[in-house]
Amino acid sequence: MVQKGKMKVFLFSLIILSLFLSGCKKAKPKLYVYNWGDYIDESILEEFEKEMDIKVIYDTFATNEDMYVKIKSGGSSYDVIFPSDYMLTRMREEDMLEKIDLDQIPNHKYLDSRFMSNEYDPSNTYSLPYMWGTFGILYNTTMVDEKVDSWDILWDPKYAKQILMLDSQRDSIGAALLKLGYSLNTLDYGQLVEAGNLLKKQKPLVLAYVVDEGKDKMIAGEAALALTWSGEAGYACKVNSDLAYAIPKEGTNIWFDVMAIPKGAKNKEGALKFMDFLCSPEISLRNAKYTGYATPNSAAKAMLPEEIRNDRSSYPEEEDLVNAEVFVNLGKTLKEYDRIWTEIKAH
Amino acid sequence: MKKFSAMTPYLIWMALFIIIPMLLVVYYAFTVTTSEGATWSLANFARFFEPIYLRVLWRSLTLALVSTLICLLLGYPVAMIMAGNAFSRKKVLLVLFVVPMWMNFLLRTYAWLSILERNGLLNVFLTSINLPRLNILYTNTAVILGMVYNFLPFMVLPIYSVLSKIDKGVIEAAGDLGANSVQVFTRVIFPLSLPGVISGITMVFMPALTTFVIPRLLGGGQFTLIGNLIEQQFLVVADWGFGSAISMVMILFILLSMAIMSFFEGEDKEATLW
Repeated sequence: MVQKGKMKVFLFSLIILSLFLSGCKKAKPKLYVYNWGDYIDESILEEFEKEMDIKVIYDTFATNEDMYVKIKSGGSSYDVIFPSDYMLTRMREEDMLEKIDLDQIPNHKYLDSRFMSNEYDPSNTYSLPYMWGTFGILYNTTMVDEKVDSWDILWDPKYAKQILMLDSQRDSIGAALLKLGYSLNTLDYGQLVEAGNLLKKQKPLVLAYVVDEGKDKMIAGEAALALTWSGEAGYACKVNSDLAYAIPKEGTNIWFDVMAIPKGAKNKEGALKFMDFLCSPEISLRNAKYTGYATPNSAAKAMLPEEIRNDRSSYPEEEDLVNAEVFVNLGKTLKEYDRIWTEIKAH
Repeated sequence: MKKFSAMTPYLIWMALFIIIPMLLVVYYAFTVTTSEGATWSLANFARFFEPIYLRVLWRSLTLALVSTLICLLLGYPVAMIMAGNAFSRKKVLLVLFVVPMWMNFLLRTYAWLSILERNGLLNVFLTSINLPRLNILYTNTAVILGMVYNFLPFMVLPIYSVLSKIDKGVIEAAGDLGANSVQVFTRVIFPLSLPGVISGITMVFMPALTTFVIPRLLGGGQFTLIGNLIEQQFLVVADWGFGSAISMVMILFILLSMAIMSFFEGEDKEATLW
């Protein structure tokens, strides 16, 4: 019985303590944000908190798929998420998103019209672009002295065991499809098999299939050529000046990471405010500088230093992007991609 | 009644985090979702027995077996040294085996990347003493090395704990009765240590069979192993049915290996099975 008495005292003091702690301040509204790791200048979050009197709870994820699984399984309550284009389409099709009211995001007028109303979200009903980029070839100029302008170089036996490919089905198969002159969203099984065979033929030349560690390998001079996303390439080139990035002439993927509101968000109003805040030119500029990714905000881009603004590998012109395609959600055909990818890896 | 109340939290835990998830895996494995809803089907299993997936299974089994064997060959002598009287600093050795496990597994595997890479620590060392470079990163060798490194303690510790409990009198008696040191080992020490060996083998074989981080980092993602295949199904393709079916096949293999192990264990105890 003594035990029980002690327990009561303990519980009682716990309640008192929690009253004290919660009583300090009037509870601020909270905004739950779910973004990619290291993808925002975090001082911006503090500024937003001060300006809007909203507490931001900021979580990060590593892949679209991780984020999707967490939102899909429920139990988490985020207000703003940052999926990529194809993932946005999938979530849109599965009715996982809230519509956004563009009138409440006046700053969206600063976004370049080139990057609005894309196939993944035809009239920006659900999302606004946050960053964009391409994929292409990151290469080490001390090991490659020819001009890099075609996907063919990734199949050149001269660079055997010096090539890094991406351990990502859509990207690596996409590069092969582009080399063959097909669409990287093809649903044609014959074309996929052809791309698969091409990748099997390439396998002996490949040093490794990497994801995040690829840029570090390139910086350390471990490989000559790598299939890479432009944002990663921008970072690698900054650290190691021997590196350069090229968008092959056969075509590339143009990708977007976007801002959206998942269905059932508790603080939709705050979410819209946050999106508007991130679309303001000054904030976009800071994010673009911090992350090294390309901003779709034309006002922010105009304020960037000239050498970045005019760097056609990070800010390609429209003529560089004539053959660029956005990844489209493939639905059932994704299984065929997976089978072909497994065949390549089991080869 | 009292017994029941003490067990309750554990039973709830088991139901919530082991039984229900297992039932979900079984459900997904045996159903195919179409636009009309889910129907019972064996299609997921049929797909697994296609040659490409069997090849993945075969490669995983071989790599796991080789790693387990190496762990046993390396681990047994170490366990014997630690359990023996001859070595006075066995506590230190034991701590040295356990300390790396305090560090994150992923971090330790990443460290191997910088040791093994082309301009990594190993090659810098080799070239400095005029030996040729070794390019083992992104090969099967690197994957096995990673597995052995990460799972060795799971082999050493159970064997050590069994060996250190063997009654020294038994060993002395064997010597007194005329057994030489080889005979003492093969007829007395090794049979007595079998339970440790078996739990060591199971504890190494299972994670080695299902790991997906080691082949991806150290193997350069060149060979899909069964763990990678399962991960892909859940995260990339969202084909939970196929992913669950592969997981069930894996469970089968693990049960099978445990059955074989306990069979050997049983045989040793003068055939308690029959």
